[in-house]
Amino acid sequence: MDWTLFFVVTTFALYIGIAIWARAGSTDDFYVAGHDVHPTVNGMATAADWMSAASFLSMAGLIAFLGYGGSVYLMGWTGGYVLLAVLLAPFLREFGKFTVPDFVGDRYYSDIARIIAVICALFVSFTYIAGQMKGVGVAFSGFLGVDFNIGIIIGMVIVFFYAVLGGMKGVTYTQVAQYCVLIFAYTVPAIFMSLIITGNPIPQLGFIGNAAGEDISMLQKLNGVVTDLGFQEYTQTDKSMFDVFAITGALMFGTAGLPHVIIRFFTVPSAKAARLSAGWALIFIAALYTTAPAVGAFARINFIDTVNEATYIQDGEDYEARAAEIEAAGGKPVPTWYKTWERTGLLEYEDKNGDGIMQYRGPNTPDGIANEVNPNNDIFVLANPQIAQLPAWVIGLVVAGGLAAALSTAAGLLMVISSAVSHDLCRRTFFKDMDDKTELRVARGAAAGAVVAAGLLGIFSAQLGFVAQVVAFAFGLASASLFPVIFLGIFWKRMNKEGAIVAMLFGLVSTFAYIVYFKFGGGTADQYLFGVSPEGIGFVFMWVSIGLGIVISSATDAPPQDIQDLVEDIRVPGTRQSHGIADAGMPPAEPSA
Amino acid sequence: MSDNNQTDAKGYWSATVRLTLSLLAVWFVVSFGAGILFRDFLDQFAIGGAPLGFWFAQQGSIYVFVALIFYYCWAMARLERKFGVKG
Repeated sequence: MDWTLFFVVTTFALYIGIAIWARAGSTDDFYVAGHDVHPTVNGMATAADWMSAASFLSMAGLIAFLGYGGSVYLMGWTGGYVLLAVLLAPFLREFGKFTVPDFVGDRYYSDIARIIAVICALFVSFTYIAGQMKGVGVAFSGFLGVDFNIGIIIGMVIVFFYAVLGGMKGVTYTQVAQYCVLIFAYTVPAIFMSLIITGNPIPQLGFIGNAAGEDISMLQKLNGVVTDLGFQEYTQTDKSMFDVFAITGALMFGTAGLPHVIIRFFTVPSAKAARLSAGWALIFIAALYTTAPAVGAFARINFIDTVNEATYIQDGEDYEARAAEIEAAGGKPVPTWYKTWERTGLLEYEDKNGDGIMQYRGPNTPDGIANEVNPNNDIFVLANPQIAQLPAWVIGLVVAGGLAAALSTAAGLLMVISSAVSHDLCRRTFFKDMDDKTELRVARGAAAGAVVAAGLLGIFSAQLGFVAQVVAFAFGLASASLFPVIFLGIFWKRMNKEGAIVAMLFGLVSTFAYIVYFKFGGGTADQYLFGVSPEGIGFVFMWVSIGLGIVISSATDAPPQDIQDLVEDIRVPGTRQSHGIADAGMPPAEPSA
Repeated sequence: MSDNNQTDAKGYWSATVRLTLSLLAVWFVVSFGAGILFRDFLDQFAIGGAPLGFWFAQQGSIYVFVALIFYYCWAMARLERKFGVKG
């Protein structure tokens, strides 16, 4: 407990220190950190921005349960960076403004297009931020004994500091610090676990190596262990191939279309730096994403090893004495880490057959015994340090890492939300003659408002418990509505306002309706379109949206010459000039050396 | 072919599109291909103790993605020199 408090307080003090150091002096600073962040630094900030509480806490556990099925997250959430690097980031940087709606509104010479893009960006970001605030609340209530809502309020105050004071500049440098905290916190326990289970200190190698002291590979051993208990083989899945394909696609194109990821690439000096920065971001992300499947597999082995067939010890009993007694009788007592974590509600044991022994079984139980143990996905990363019997300070580190992951992502999302209000709606749509100073004030106000809204959403959503259900929204909408118009806007000069508006509206409405119908409207799996689950539908509708955009654009007038010249310019780095109606509302950034 | 002092924007753009398409082909093959469509076939081979298709889905594709982006940076810098683009 003391170590946890120590790490949390120290890291929070660090974030506030950075916030005070990196205050924003202009809208340029506030929205895009003055366009002069080094590509490697931005790569690190992007990695923290991207890796949320879900990546840090839930992903390894999800993979531990899904086995091969968990691959959709691994490929989807990394492959999107290839799309970002080659299809979007360098060109959007060359375009030289502040936000995603800036691009959509100016490229399609239409405030209606701009407003639809704002709606998409807000929807995606609010969906996402609710999960982050909830993660903060869980970390505080689970580890520091602070009330869930107070935990969220503490998180809000911290984010308030660096997002409102420093804008994108403050967010960038705190994200760098947060990346360091989170990656250290993730890899230290992983290395120890790998050593214990495979004898290899590098988790990525342990993953493909043999089980320690045995002549069988770790994965083969795991396959054997899980099938013996009636689970599916670890390296297989029961999802259809097309569904796996579509979910992976939706996550990839969704990643590339997420506004809070895209705006990070506006902070670097040039198109060249944007490409390089995408590479760095993916290296920093891969450090966690290639470790996660190893952690997942190790955790599954460990969990079964220590929990299955263990004799349960009740809360009232003297643990030490009972454990010694069980061991003397040749049994296995429930491990101490299990008892510690049981209190958080992340682990549940129900003694269905009344024998006092914890039977962990899959759906095809081999001996007719029903499963009695229900672990939550998040437990694996949280309990790993204890399962691997690491020192207490490592646990504190993991808590600080989880908070860093949640807060860094929340801050990136807040930037999207506040700029959508102060820049896209106020400055670019409704009060076009607002000066820079006023806009900066409005931006700070909007950031403050967004922090409060996000906190309320975190508190509110915890009671409703639908956060996990709606994450599909963020990726589905980003891939079906934002990705097509940005991509076509760069690669197809002929794409016009009409095509863009129809494509975005179709993507938004169809994906929204599909997800609502199947998540909340009582739709069943046999009604799925082409057998695609709501998580993957954004991928299918994305192609329809691209097709519609092309058909409608071809049937209507070509975009004005100014717009076509603009597209030519952003394709070739260093040639960007101001073009009439495209840049009338706001001049592009001066190219910097 | 253009000389080095003059920007050949058209040539640069079509070379960029060609490069992009070939990179996306590799991107597709290692993830959707090796990790999903041809996984069952590849799983009869192994890398270390892991079935190859499974390994591509959980590890290999990610390594290739990283390599692809850095290759793209390098290849684009070369195109920029070749076509006289400032970059």
